[in-house]
Amino acid sequence: MKYEDAVATYDPALGIEVHVELGTATKMFDDAPNTFGGSANENTTPTSLGLPGALPVVNRMAIEYAIRIGLALGCQIAESCRFARKNYFYPDLAKNFQTSQADEPIAFDGSIDVELEDGTIVPVAIERAHMEEDAGKNTHVGGASGRIHGADHSLVDYNRAGVPLVEIVTHPITGVGDRAPEVAAAYVRTLRDIFRALGVSEARMEQGNVRADINVSLRKDADAPLGTRTETKNVNSFRSIDRAVRYEIARQAEILDQGGAIVQETRHFHESDGSTSSGRPKSDADDYRYFPEPDLVPVAPSRDWVEEIRAGLPELPAARRRRLLDDWGISELEIRDIINAGLLDPVEATVVAGATPDAARKWWMGEIARVAKQREVEADGLATPANVAELQQLIDDGKLNDKLARKVLAGVVEGRGTPSQVMEADGLQIVEDTGALEAAVDEAIAANPDVVEKIRGGKMQAVGALMGPIMKATRGQADAGTAREMILARING
Amino acid sequence: MSQDLTRLTAAQLADGMRAGEYTSTDVTRAHLDRIEATDDVIGSFISVTPDVALATAADVDRRRAAGEDLHPFAGVPVSLKDVVVTAGIRTTAGSKMLEDWVPPYDATVYTKIKAAGLPVLGKTNMDEFAMGSTTEHSAFGPTRNPWDTTTVPGGSSGGAASSAAAFQAPLAVGTDTGGSVRQPAAFTGTVGVKPTYGSVSRYGIVAMASSLDQVGPLGRTVADAAALHQLMAGHDQRDSTSLSDGVPDFLAAVEAGARDGSLQGKRLGTIRELSADDYDEGVRAAFVSALELARKAGAEVVEVDMPSLRYALDAYYLIMPSEASSNLARYDGMRFGLRAEPETGPVTAETVMSTTRAAGFGAEVKRRILLGTYALSAGYYDAYYGSAQKVRTLVQRDLAAAFEKADVLVSPTAPTTALPFGVENDDDPMALYLGDAATIPANLAGIPGMSLPAGLANGMPVGFQLLAPAREDARLYEVGSAIEALVTDAAGAPLWAGVPTDYAAESATTSA
Repeated sequence: MKYEDAVATYDPALGIEVHVELGTATKMFDDAPNTFGGSANENTTPTSLGLPGALPVVNRMAIEYAIRIGLALGCQIAESCRFARKNYFYPDLAKNFQTSQADEPIAFDGSIDVELEDGTIVPVAIERAHMEEDAGKNTHVGGASGRIHGADHSLVDYNRAGVPLVEIVTHPITGVGDRAPEVAAAYVRTLRDIFRALGVSEARMEQGNVRADINVSLRKDADAPLGTRTETKNVNSFRSIDRAVRYEIARQAEILDQGGAIVQETRHFHESDGSTSSGRPKSDADDYRYFPEPDLVPVAPSRDWVEEIRAGLPELPAARRRRLLDDWGISELEIRDIINAGLLDPVEATVVAGATPDAARKWWMGEIARVAKQREVEADGLATPANVAELQQLIDDGKLNDKLARKVLAGVVEGRGTPSQVMEADGLQIVEDTGALEAAVDEAIAANPDVVEKIRGGKMQAVGALMGPIMKATRGQADAGTAREMILARING
Repeated sequence: MSQDLTRLTAAQLADGMRAGEYTSTDVTRAHLDRIEATDDVIGSFISVTPDVALATAADVDRRRAAGEDLHPFAGVPVSLKDVVVTAGIRTTAGSKMLEDWVPPYDATVYTKIKAAGLPVLGKTNMDEFAMGSTTEHSAFGPTRNPWDTTTVPGGSSGGAASSAAAFQAPLAVGTDTGGSVRQPAAFTGTVGVKPTYGSVSRYGIVAMASSLDQVGPLGRTVADAAALHQLMAGHDQRDSTSLSDGVPDFLAAVEAGARDGSLQGKRLGTIRELSADDYDEGVRAAFVSALELARKAGAEVVEVDMPSLRYALDAYYLIMPSEASSNLARYDGMRFGLRAEPETGPVTAETVMSTTRAAGFGAEVKRRILLGTYALSAGYYDAYYGSAQKVRTLVQRDLAAAFEKADVLVSPTAPTTALPFGVENDDDPMALYLGDAATIPANLAGIPGMSLPAGLANGMPVGFQLLAPAREDARLYEVGSAIEALVTDAAGAPLWAGVPTDYAAESATTSA
């Protein structure tokens, strides 16, 4: 069934579970380094390997990060909460239980506003944000395409085992109708931006720092009880989230239209065609034999500590965006592009350093981003906001034109000094010596009588044909406006 | 050497080495020889570690000769229950599952023992994963009680207790989850202490039931147990449940208790619900006579109520297996220990896990894993684990009320003296479970308990249990040392001096 028909007939409801890996120095319950990559099983201790006798100890920084997240999502912070064991057997789970929080999340009852592309605000109610540890990673060897089916053996890497996670669970998101896919993607994007602003995670979707499980159900109308849901696991790009929701709505509508019933199950998303396929049945009766983790004492963050963390929260992305939109007078789309490029910090700092918002945006999103892409490095490592503000100032002062400024920037990127220093060293400043410019103009006029003839005849755009030889003669350092005035004065004077 | 060093207490050995009468190497060799001569019959040890022990002894001797400041008990040998994780030394927990497991790290307790310079003689036998009260549930054969080698030494720290009783080690480290230090101490005429929960770090102790497990010292005297406890206690940042307060001076408490008149005005509380009917007559008689000695020495005997006691055993047998079922989930053949592959059918993670667990665990362990898995299941949690935790609160409340009326609570440690082999019957585990009634409240409530010899019944030792409020371990040492002195005076010698030392014709050679 077509998506448009599906949403015309049914009212979709969403439930989204987002896992974020915290960027703490060490793991959730031991002092193994929490770093991405490394050789297999390098970042482990007896605790993260689940060796007999090893015990967990809660990482205080992980608690602080979880509280930051909770506060940023408008949640209440538990006065005391216990970890619980979620018991199930799987080779990537070293202890064959995951230490998580079952009934006692550290943060609960929050809400955030999600802003869609057109400025529509959708409030999303947060049920809870709880802490847990990540599992290791299985690699299946010998079969087709790394799947377990047909593999000869599997390897387990526990480097990720014990990495601290916060899982954020929404209440059902209803009443968004045909905008459900967009809302789902925008919600996860909003969280991603918050994680980055809070400094709790690098929040790189492509590295799996942020993973989303998307629950979708349909019902006939807004008054009907929620329908049976499916949970599409580990969707990890905004576009994929949009596509997965869209696909599930259409798929479920078709089944319901034919009088069928939705099977409650987990589903896998396929990037290749945007479809989902059946995973394993998931009933609410899954029995993980939860019980409070007896090896840990309850986490009881003092109210003073919570308030201290609250007072130290940075300006959150939504507030910052609104402030910058007001101050800068740029469009939603423009600011969104800057945010997506991860360049809001340097752009804002460049504005603070004296550049206009337009100029700051132009440099960072243009030339600097281009060079960064070419060199496969981060743009904000190539130049400082002060460099960029200074470069623009040189243009505004008439000492550089755009072309020269790009040459100066290249020198700055190479680490040869500030823009002024590079400009001086390379003699790139615009030629103000009118003698040299006059000579170049005269030479160009003398060498191109046919062009001169056209200009005399009123074809003013022919002036451009003289600019090339003039710029060439002055090594690009001529100020184009001045040269133009001189040409017209000579010919028509 | 004229003197048999194995007959001395840890305190005497420490003094003798300090005085230069003999070296740690002499002491360690004497104990290794004694183990060599007797352990074929007694079976205290799963692994004997002479090289490790003698290296430590030589190091201590060298440092002592160089005039270095040493721990007061440096050079006194010790045995470790095979549940203490020791890097480079096989650690089995009495299970086939860990038969060949050589750990890559040290338990905090072992780190402290090494730092203090105590030679480790070996790793002692135990019921598999500390589940049992006879040491018959070891995958490495039985341990015999030196008082009568046709009887068990108790359990689960049976090897620890017998190593101390049979003069194989002056000090022994055990663990106590429901009585596993105190009951074997009672059966072997030794002193065993379960400290306040959190007094000794559990980091590196193979876990059975995390909220109940506690490392405890055994020795032949209250003073020796106190010294080992002192050495092992203290906050450990690797164990979140370890106490952060400072460690009291247990040895000072022992000295205070040994002074004449120390029992004057001390209130000893007997527990109404642990009535005479629950104990063998000989056990009761020995207990009553020791209590009478205390009364004559000025103690006041009061009776306290513990109405929750009748539910405590049920609660214990829900909480313990529940936690154990989860703690033992990691033994799956994937990372360490036994790995068994199915003989037929596909070899997958699931089949390897189930084959390994079927092959590696003994019947009692399987029984408890099943009980615990069931008790934690959805729909049963509230009725079982949830209710058991409520009982635990009631037990704590009852004990708090009892300690308003009494300074320590007293009872026989176990209803019987050491039982013959084979009484623990896989078809009727309840009979043995009931034997823990006096010891488990301490684990449920996290309070400290001690068993010390009360006397003999038909030639076999009887244990006298003391319980104190949480963090009042020192009170056990004070009162325990007073009662120990009274019992010793009344008998004319320490109880342990009367233990048989020759166990069988083929191993009757004595150490030089």
